[in-house]
Amino acid sequence: MERDMQQPKKTPVTIVLFSGELDKAMAAFVIATAAASMGMPVNIFFTFWGLNVIKKKGGLIKGQNWMQKMLNVVNYGHARKLALSKLNMMGMGPVMLKEMMGKKRVPSLDEFIKMAKAMGVKFYPCEMSMTVMGLKKEDFIDECDDVIGAVSYLSVAKDSNINLFI
Amino acid sequence: MSQFTADKTLDARGLSCPMPSVKTALALEAMGQGQVLLILTDDPVSRRDLPVWAESTGNTILGLEEEGATIKIFLKKG
Repeated sequence: MERDMQQPKKTPVTIVLFSGELDKAMAAFVIATAAASMGMPVNIFFTFWGLNVIKKKGGLIKGQNWMQKMLNVVNYGHARKLALSKLNMMGMGPVMLKEMMGKKRVPSLDEFIKMAKAMGVKFYPCEMSMTVMGLKKEDFIDECDDVIGAVSYLSVAKDSNINLFI
Repeated sequence: MSQFTADKTLDARGLSCPMPSVKTALALEAMGQGQVLLILTDDPVSRRDLPVWAESTGNTILGLEEEGATIKIFLKKG
């Protein structure tokens, strides 16, 4: 299923997805899939709230201690259940935006994730944020590659021409 | 009647950015060097984006025609 589109001769694109909101995640995935279509290797480093984007559906209580458990209940997330960074209107915003995007046949975030993966985009969850929040690799979708740290991220980022922090 | 003949047609009408480029990349994977792909799109951004995409991926745009809201782009692989 996984493959490199065109020839992998292009310099990589590296995206840090720090935010866990639907609109920002969509922006990251639009750029990621467009870059992959141009034959550029794409790496997305999911950190902090961005981890919500790649959380598996279900399993409300995650974490080892009460603070982590509380955080993960309040911060429950997965690709289909993210808020907007503006005009969230207690959940009405995302519903309306999804409806509007569907009408324009913009893929859903779920579809973008699967498409990106099929195009060879790499998904790296951040080890430190996972430790703080008490999240394990099993809490994330199967599309995820290795769990990495800041040094591994930087080693990829330093050779990338395009580095985005979203 | 168009002056170009296509080996394959990709109907990307109704799709918006970045899907026409993504679908084009996927369609070209299954095609041989020198073959021509006809892309149908009604996304106005594609008029500018697909030629840029072709240039940066080493493919060639042979021609661009418009038929009502449909933009027809002839792209030669390689």
